Amino acid sequence: MNDNRYVRPELVCPAGTPAALRTAVDAGADAVYCGLQNATNARNFPGLNFAPAELETAIGYAHARHAKVLLAVNTFPRAGEFALWREAVDLGARLGADALIVADLGVADYAAQTYPELRLHLSVQAGASSPEAIRFYCQKFGVKRVVLPRILTVAEIADVHRQIPCEIEAFVFGNIGMMAEGRCSLTNYVCGLSTNMDGVCSPAADVHYEEDAERNLTTKLGPYVIDRFTAEESAGYPTICKGRYLCDARTEAYYAFEEPVTLNLSALLPDLMRAGVTALKIEGRQRSRAYVKAVVSAFRNAVDDIMAGRDASLASLIALTEGHRETEGAYRSKAWR
Amino acid sequence: MTLRARADVAPSPLQGLLQTVPKWLLAGVPLALLQPLLGHIATHVARSRPELFARLGAHSDKLFLIDPIDLPFVLLLRPNARRPQLTASRRVPRPRHDAAIAGTFVDLLGMMDGSLDGDALFFSRDLRVSGDTEAVVVLRNALDDLEGNALDSIVAAFGPLSAPLKLVISSLRGMRTEKRDE
Amino acid sequence: MNDVAAQITLGPVLFNWQPDHWRDFYFRIADEAPVQTVYLGEVLCSKRAPLFAEHYEAVTERLRAARKTVVFSTLSEVTQNLDRKLVESVAASQNDLVEANDASALPQLAGRPHHIGPFINVYNERSVAVLAESGACNFCLPVEMPAATIGALCRETQSLDATFEVMVFGRMPLALSARCYHARAHARTKDSCRFVCENDPDGLELRTLSGQPFLAVNGIQTLSYDFLNLIDRVEDLRGLGVSRFRLSPHSCDMVRVAQAFCGLLDGTITATEAAEALIGLNLPGPFSTGFYHGKAALSRSLQ
Repeated sequence: MNDNRYVRPELVCPAGTPAALRTAVDAGADAVYCGLQNATNARNFPGLNFAPAELETAIGYAHARHAKVLLAVNTFPRAGEFALWREAVDLGARLGADALIVADLGVADYAAQTYPELRLHLSVQAGASSPEAIRFYCQKFGVKRVVLPRILTVAEIADVHRQIPCEIEAFVFGNIGMMAEGRCSLTNYVCGLSTNMDGVCSPAADVHYEEDAERNLTTKLGPYVIDRFTAEESAGYPTICKGRYLCDARTEAYYAFEEPVTLNLSALLPDLMRAGVTALKIEGRQRSRAYVKAVVSAFRNAVDDIMAGRDASLASLIALTEGHRETEGAYRSKAWR
Repeated sequence: MTLRARADVAPSPLQGLLQTVPKWLLAGVPLALLQPLLGHIATHVARSRPELFARLGAHSDKLFLIDPIDLPFVLLLRPNARRPQLTASRRVPRPRHDAAIAGTFVDLLGMMDGSLDGDALFFSRDLRVSGDTEAVVVLRNALDDLEGNALDSIVAAFGPLSAPLKLVISSLRGMRTEKRDE
Repeated sequence: MNDVAAQITLGPVLFNWQPDHWRDFYFRIADEAPVQTVYLGEVLCSKRAPLFAEHYEAVTERLRAARKTVVFSTLSEVTQNLDRKLVESVAASQNDLVEANDASALPQLAGRPHHIGPFINVYNERSVAVLAESGACNFCLPVEMPAATIGALCRETQSLDATFEVMVFGRMPLALSARCYHARAHARTKDSCRFVCENDPDGLELRTLSGQPFLAVNGIQTLSYDFLNLIDRVEDLRGLGVSRFRLSPHSCDMVRVAQAFCGLLDGTITATEAAEALIGLNLPGPFSTGFYHGKAALSRSLQ
């Protein structure tokens, strides 16, 4: 049967290191996204990311296997420091990256003006969630694809799709940030490093784990307790938006923003594809090769099943999830809000 | 997908035997005998995998305490390219260190060779981290980027002993999978 | 730009105050507060907006009669159709000055003078230039921008016809989300919230498990627990090229706050006197210099 209702989606996979990039490509990624070893990308974590020479080799590896490489230049340069972002854009263009993922108005403008042929994707960090906002970026900078914030329902995504002139990329698996992307200064408030400007979220240098004799684990960010887990509980990173807090409206400590959970939309894949999502994004540039291999393989099989008209039998990825809990986040229904 | 799938190893006929042997064997090994072996590993990695140290940056001078909780000793690692250090030490008194990573021997092994995800092990409380968290994350990222399989490379360095060592390691992995599936 | 006369502005009320109280607050601002510009409008929740609708006209008139410039602020996060309609209706009034808080409002505002609010990410000269090209003339900078970057931005944009505004008083807006945390605190959802945010005129405080005061939630917004107070940095900021200083409204005596800041700007009181005038406001949190120094804001409490 060839009357398939679906457009074959691109599986967009994370790579924090060259080895992870090769793993993703080998596991069936259609495209891999990565960043340089500096503040120009939103996963500016120590020991992670690509030196220019590594990026060049990685692009060669991916292209030889018909996979694309998308370079994330998706932070916001501070005034007077634009040169570093300009160099990142130049490098991506020179090495033949298939697209740049940008968030900042100035960076988007520079890339569009200097390399009109270079494909631009609008990063989730730009926080463009309405047709008007997305059209603004399309008209101004010729953006070809928008990565949607993780705050829309599938029905809303379908609605957006009908009103914009570009492709949609949506997150389907991974860490679920509770705050609107590109609009969160919580890390900066506690650690003095900005997610927007420095590409840092809950930096490891400020993370402290304290386990007592009974194996109760206290996780801290800077001097602040973010959560406590008993010996029997699964743990999570001390991310402010996934911490447990006290407030006068509650009698007990509660997850004021969200529990430590991982987004997993495997069950919604057909719905997303019908809604007009043409690129499925897996989060996790900070995760290991083992994670990349497991998640990419599972989604590769699922997408191939759906395209072939079979039911997608997506194996459980629960072992890889934070807190060993999964969620469909905002996507399933408005009740999440 | 379970952890078995990620470990990707066939069950070994030696499993039953190995479940009891390593501890018994290792408990009897004086640390002094282990030392040259570990020194050999450290020098080998430093020489053959220079890319590791570029990622470590300033953290290559940190002292990592690696605690395989099911073995009778702990390891101290200073991943410095010029003066690599890997020594075994008794668990008590705990030797001075900047960061500590504790887990079963097989879990630590799995993280090292890229078959297990360190974050997942942390979430499930199978891995404990204390001290300088950034140093641990950097070491993890650096090891994870090692071309191919770091462990295979180390094992290969043992020349004629490689084959039996490989068998032991794959059997140990099999044990882990069994434990997980219970 | 240094040659622009400096002024104190009053940002939009971020909280869900009782509509009558909201109206009376603005009436008093019109009558007594020496601020020159007042931003008006619901920037966080399109469900709240209708609650104040009946008072907008009277408040706007009163403020204008007091010779204050009224700027209408648009919603900061736009997802649902209700949100889009609200943005469209605010941006539609051709004769009014509008402050955009999300890119959603920009296409409608292009070609006429407008303001860029603190919820649009403007961190560098090229972003300013891009927006100025379409008519943006005043930029209220993101609260997390340190003084050094503010100075660099003012320097690098001198050739543009842009003024810069910096928040100097109030709980700092730190994050936005699609989820309503006020509703969540009360085990409700955003759609079934029954406006529970109205109970907390300055936000609902969160403490860590060890009891440290930490954050404050306000609907979909997360704010700092402590209160930004840059009264003793106003002169430095002026020197850097900032010409507008924004006070974010709270339940305390905002007229007194405005008098202190305006007095300082006019030179009628000294910095020390101005700082003293802000003591004893009975705020539910300590003062802080926020992100001014480019260090962790939370460790910057003045107390």
